Amino acid sequence: MGCVVADLKVRFAGLELRNPFLLASGIWGESGDSLAGAWAAGAGGVVTKSIGSLPRAGYPNPTIETYERWGMLNAMGLPNPGIEEYPREIEVAQRAGATIVGSVFAGDAAEFARLATQMARTGVSAVELNLSCPHAEGFGTEVGGTPEDVEEIVRAVAGAVKIPVIAKITPNTSDPAALAQAAERAGAAAVSAINTLRAIAIDVHLRRPVLSHGIGGLSGAAIKPVGLACVWQIFEKVKIPVIGIGGIMTAEDALQYVMAGARAVEVGTAVAFEGVGVFGRLARELSSLVDDLGYARLEDAVGVAHRSA
Amino acid sequence: MRTVVRVTERVEETPSTVTLRFPFEPAAAPGQFVMAWFPGDDELPMSLSYTTGPSKGITVKAMGDTSRRVQAIRPGSPIGVRGPYGNRFDLTPRHILVVGGGSGAAVLAPAAEAARLGGSSVVVALGATRAPELLFRDRFERMGARVEVATDDGSVGVHGFVTLVADRLLENERFDAVWTCGPEVMMRKVVDAAASRDVPVYCSMERHMKCSLGMCDACALGPFHVCTDGPVFSSELLARVPDFGRFHRDPSGRRVPF
Repeated sequence: MGCVVADLKVRFAGLELRNPFLLASGIWGESGDSLAGAWAAGAGGVVTKSIGSLPRAGYPNPTIETYERWGMLNAMGLPNPGIEEYPREIEVAQRAGATIVGSVFAGDAAEFARLATQMARTGVSAVELNLSCPHAEGFGTEVGGTPEDVEEIVRAVAGAVKIPVIAKITPNTSDPAALAQAAERAGAAAVSAINTLRAIAIDVHLRRPVLSHGIGGLSGAAIKPVGLACVWQIFEKVKIPVIGIGGIMTAEDALQYVMAGARAVEVGTAVAFEGVGVFGRLARELSSLVDDLGYARLEDAVGVAHRSA
Repeated sequence: MRTVVRVTERVEETPSTVTLRFPFEPAAAPGQFVMAWFPGDDELPMSLSYTTGPSKGITVKAMGDTSRRVQAIRPGSPIGVRGPYGNRFDLTPRHILVVGGGSGAAVLAPAAEAARLGGSSVVVALGATRAPELLFRDRFERMGARVEVATDDGSVGVHGFVTLVADRLLENERFDAVWTCGPEVMMRKVVDAAASRDVPVYCSMERHMKCSLGMCDACALGPFHVCTDGPVFSSELLARVPDFGRFHRDPSGRRVPF
């Protein structure tokens, strides 16, 4: 990785990552080869596609609307091969040596617990609960969008598995920090925030929504300030570690999340703009930036912005 | 970003294939594809069968319900187009064997035209179920390519698969490259036949596709993605794809045998 100076290793919630840049769930994570590819490109770890009980095709196309560099709208509809089939993909990524976080989605707490148990059996390092997909009927925000829902689901999962449980929470609520607090009460090892912002695109010539599902989720640079605010508020309310997600395109974006309180970050949309090589670039640039700012280790910068706020 | 355009022309190329022409300004190269959205219906990855000038074209084969509805689209109907995406055929080889099966000729025809314009010689092995289904046979002949055909029912040309024709041509002539598109099992046979003669093959690959931006992983092909690493893959790269010609993935990402 060239001239790595500052130490980017991060340790939290029982995880040890070689750098803070995780491949975000939903990107590249449907096949084991792709997870392995993101790892080989320098990701600090990889989060799988959200996996459900049964194979799911997702929504028909169009599933995506692209904008200029500032963002992207998607409603994939949680496509995934299902938990029975998926372990073979995880195996492929494990053979490549990747640090893997298994993401799962379910319709209720019992199903979450069962899926997480199956996911844990594959040997993943942690499980991330998708409580936040903004566009899937009966899943995501619809079942994990309130503190009560989050608490019930996380409690069921934390009681069922030994590996760290990460609750990925939604920004589409008036008080995301309350969701993080609920996760903490229920035994989550960490929270990740944010998932996409509920959004829609309309084509004026066709006079209709662009995405087949209508509503989708906005990601990319446009949502970074929103993600930062969520991480900021969550950091002030909980003691468990926070993983920052949303619009990270540069090392400075990532460091903003770290200074807001994140121990690690997930990168998704940047992969569409730049390819998986983004991971190597971000790690190199962050190392120099952290060094330039006088930190020996990235971990020393976690939450520092709160001290002067 | 999508552009909404109106279909200007509809041509029935064979009983099962229809070409739709539409104005689309962005420059495109043979091998590239667009995401074509048929409002109220699906958005499909379509290789461009006409790549030059402001009027582009796609050629659709009747496969399932969606493609049949697409074939029924009339001039004047709006479609959404984004792209072009993906890589292109390398036009530098001087003597090229083109092997097209079924609707595979749709992407090979503009590539062969460009190669001919560049002064290369082109031999085409064209296969179809039956004589009237031979796609772009006239177009290949008009560009000055030598065309040899095979049909499953023997109604014209060699009775059997087009790989028989390709194999014989590879045996008798020294080609600099092979370009192929068609059923993946056929392409794998072409790759194997050319490998023993040390001729590189370039395959235009197909996988279920959603985002087309190298993000969603639907079109994963071993360590590659068809949308951003392809759709044209060399036999050298395909050697790293054990699933080539054996497994594809359904829309859920499950591996499914061909």
